[in-house]
Amino acid sequence: MSFLRGEAMTGGYGGADILHGCDISVERGEIAVIVGPNGAGKSTAMKAMFGMLGLREGRVTLDDTDITALTPQDRVRAGMGFVPQNNNVFVTMTVQENLEMGAYIRDDDFQATMEQVFELFPVLKEKRRQPAGELSGGQRQQVAVGRALMTQPSVLMLDEPTAGVSPIVMDELFDRILEVAATGIAILMVEQNARQALNIADRGYVLVQGSNRFTDTGEALLANPEVRASFLGG
Amino acid sequence: MTDFLNAIVLFANFVFVPGLAYGAQLALGALGVTLVFGILRFANFAHGDLMAFGAMVTILVTWWLQSIGVGIDPLPTALLALPVGMAGAVALALLTDRWVFRFYRRRKAAPIVMVMASVGVMFMYNGLVRFIIGPDDQRFADGARFVVSARDFRDMTGLDEGLVIRQPVLITIIVAFAVVAALFWFLQRSRMGKAMRAYSDNEDLALLSGINPEKVVAVTWVIAASLATIAGVLYGLDKSFKPFTYFQLLLPIFAAAIVGGIGQPIGAIAGGFVVAFSEVTITYAYKRFLEYFGFQPEGLVQLLSVEYKFAVSFVILVLVLLARPTGIFRGRVL
Repeated sequence: MSFLRGEAMTGGYGGADILHGCDISVERGEIAVIVGPNGAGKSTAMKAMFGMLGLREGRVTLDDTDITALTPQDRVRAGMGFVPQNNNVFVTMTVQENLEMGAYIRDDDFQATMEQVFELFPVLKEKRRQPAGELSGGQRQQVAVGRALMTQPSVLMLDEPTAGVSPIVMDELFDRILEVAATGIAILMVEQNARQALNIADRGYVLVQGSNRFTDTGEALLANPEVRASFLGG
Repeated sequence: MTDFLNAIVLFANFVFVPGLAYGAQLALGALGVTLVFGILRFANFAHGDLMAFGAMVTILVTWWLQSIGVGIDPLPTALLALPVGMAGAVALALLTDRWVFRFYRRRKAAPIVMVMASVGVMFMYNGLVRFIIGPDDQRFADGARFVVSARDFRDMTGLDEGLVIRQPVLITIIVAFAVVAALFWFLQRSRMGKAMRAYSDNEDLALLSGINPEKVVAVTWVIAASLATIAGVLYGLDKSFKPFTYFQLLLPIFAAAIVGGIGQPIGAIAGGFVVAFSEVTITYAYKRFLEYFGFQPEGLVQLLSVEYKFAVSFVILVLVLLARPTGIFRGRVL
């Protein structure tokens, strides 16, 4: 049984279904990547696993516990961290305050966690008194990931973390994400940059129209001629 | 030289000191409006009448204290009654939120719907205050009237003009300063204050971080109603208490909040003083002031008569909305 698992997820935002029996799962210490064409329901699938839309059918389990009925807030308490694609930092607050807000639900001393985040993203320590809104796109993403890490989650979900950043920054972010995974956190992300993302993925899901088209290791998907031709631009 | 000093003292006495006190009162009112706007995302038109309600409770308690002979002479008894007034206004604000605003919040009503609901609430408060204390002017100030009287000042300096510092003015400035310092400490340093700023900045992300919105909203009402009561009592001590005046104060208070940048606490303070000093400098008659510089003006040299002082707020409001809708400190757009 996988650590985080969405089974036969079917549902949408009230209107027509976007997901049709979609299966996604990720293990601790692994990176799972959801790729696919625009409108395939990649982000929707991840949001469904975080409880941001109601499922008509199917269920979501975390560590063998059914969490289908939990609200996103309750899932945060259950150990899930979510980094939205847009507006994922408090722009008027300093970097340090952003991290503090990430730790809002914690009543214990989170100083050590903050030090870990600063170790992972040294530039944030340097800019910790600066409002997050003044940082570059890549640095903002680091703040966003750092904020989500402050709850010490067992699962980290990233919605297109490299959207709008330069290739160099993207490589660096992926390196950091590998480091996070190495600490035993399960990572699930949706990525537009499919090729680079599959490169670091233990597991890849190619979604088309809300259902699984291909599921394999990242390596195997990159080697699969059909996937290459249809989704990776040759 | 003496003429010059006399002119300065005259100006300080009739423009600067009154403007400072009025500005502090507006700033406290505008802080409440701006906090409610930042967190609940609507312009609360009932704020002026919430001020009147808090001040009314304070006045009733003041009268009761005066009747049993309890006081803190030379300070006004109203300061002793102020915490009760604040508690009354907080209770009213929380009940209103429970019965009116929460309903619209849960339905995710558009801001304009919330504004209209607040207009209804305003009329309710309006009626409530008039029903209890009546529409007339009420006097409740006691204690010493002057800290520095005109005669004291003239004897001290030998100038022809006197600089009067009335006690309510000094109390207003001291209380406003202390309250603003405490509020900023709370918003910048405390966990709840940071949560409020986070909620105001990015509601969705605040929810993702586990911040409880109902708690944030409740704390916001507690602060806004407390500030409203303090502002209302200080205004009443300085001038007088009349329910209709507090309704009228809504315009300069909104002008202050918008000039400063709505949603920005620091902007509310700056805006309060901008509006207050504009009003006072534009409605002051400069005849005597200019005479000290050797001019012999024929008229009063008053740009606008005092009866029209609300036009100043209105013009400021329109100019800011046209030229810089985000205000001095880049707040939100209303």
